[in-house]
Amino acid sequence: MSMPFYVPPEQMMKDRADFARKGISRGRALAAMQFTEGIVMVAENPSTTLRKISEIYDRIAFAGVGKYNEFDQLRVAGVRFADLKGYQFSREDVDARGLANQYAQVISQAFTHEVKPLEVEILVAELGRTDADDQLFHIMYDGTVIDERRFSAIGGDAEAIRVRLEERYRPGAPFADAVKASVESLQTGERKISHDELEVAVLQRDGERRCFHRIEPSRIGQILS
Amino acid sequence: MAFPQFGRGEDPGPSFGALLRSVGLDPFVRAPGGTFPPVPHATTCVALTCTGGVVVAGDRRATSGNLISHREMEKVVAADRFSAVAIAGAAGPAMDMVKLFQLQIEHYEKIEGTSLSLEGKANQLSSFVRSNLPAAMQGLLVVPIFAGFDHSTGAGRIWDFDATGGRYEERDFVATGSGSLHAGAVIRPGWRRDLGLDDAVSLACRSLWEASDADSATGGPDLARGIFPIVAVVDADGFRRIPDERVKTVFEDIVQGVRNR
Repeated sequence: MSMPFYVPPEQMMKDRADFARKGISRGRALAAMQFTEGIVMVAENPSTTLRKISEIYDRIAFAGVGKYNEFDQLRVAGVRFADLKGYQFSREDVDARGLANQYAQVISQAFTHEVKPLEVEILVAELGRTDADDQLFHIMYDGTVIDERRFSAIGGDAEAIRVRLEERYRPGAPFADAVKASVESLQTGERKISHDELEVAVLQRDGERRCFHRIEPSRIGQILS
Repeated sequence: MAFPQFGRGEDPGPSFGALLRSVGLDPFVRAPGGTFPPVPHATTCVALTCTGGVVVAGDRRATSGNLISHREMEKVVAADRFSAVAIAGAAGPAMDMVKLFQLQIEHYEKIEGTSLSLEGKANQLSSFVRSNLPAAMQGLLVVPIFAGFDHSTGAGRIWDFDATGGRYEERDFVATGSGSLHAGAVIRPGWRRDLGLDDAVSLACRSLWEASDADSATGGPDLARGIFPIVAVVDADGFRRIPDERVKTVFEDIVQGVRNR
């Protein structure tokens, strides 16, 4: 029997983290921001069928970047988890915190034990009764959960996007301003993102049970022009 | 509660019923032998097509044998934005089936990213009714009506079911529950192909009035408590309930007509 080479744990974690980061930075980033009536999520996504942002539950949305098949699997697991919990208990017992913790467990398990870590970063957003109760959970490729306020950016180049979001974020901004600020933050240098390459969705406090709505590209075009 | 994860070949896909079974939460009653003592039963519901949509209506009474067990049952509910389900039969399993059906439609939509077709929804409901067959044999029969607006044809469509999950699409109207014979006998001569929305609402109310007049298990308008049958419309604008005030005036007209006989 051949002995495997000894690899120090620090080195192994670093290699895995580098691998995951590299995979994630190949894809396009995503930004989320609070506005007067809720949370808007903006992703650069040339596909109109392979979604990065989707509905999990009445007031909870999911956004993922990185490898599509990996974050889509997480999305489906999240929908199942939320629907099962709502069925067993009640709709109001389903919350983003519980979901984010489950995601963190699955992702960190894959990071340390699987053949390869998941090349994804995800965002779980929950719309509160008021804007002070809104929640944004950013879950990293190694399972680290970050509880963010006001805005969030995930994906390659997220640090730089976060700096631009910080400059542009205005508390209580109307929808159009929040979309503009998010799109501007996603753009680097001279590169402009066209409205048909954007995927935009909101969680909106509009009195309906299901708060998640997709925004048509034509409306985004009007806002950006 | 842990994250549901499935191996290859065990994935329940977009079906919420299959998901429930795979985690050990089978929603359908597997009762021991024998028949149940009287449990609350919900009674008469009707659905009829009209120009551009459908009208669905149901009384509010649930009975256990000869006793009235509930006066405010909601037997007509929105299944999703563009469809409605009305239910007659054993109240407990019936309400559970409605809840499961609503969840199934929403679950499918979220997992697949697109809505089930109207036909697909009717099929789904039929499989739930079939799953309830063992309980139905023991007296817990559930007989729903499914009605919705079909975007592909721009018209309303209605379905009737039997205890075995048999699914029958009807062109004009359906009635289910203990008062269905009387309700159907009112709608049959009154229904026309070009029935407008208001006339369809009146006809549905009239049919429930006659059913409650002849069948003790069907409740009429309860003027003392202000409880009225539920009347809902599904058309291109989606599901909406006709306000109680409006239903009240329709029944007042009917009562006036009876007085003048």
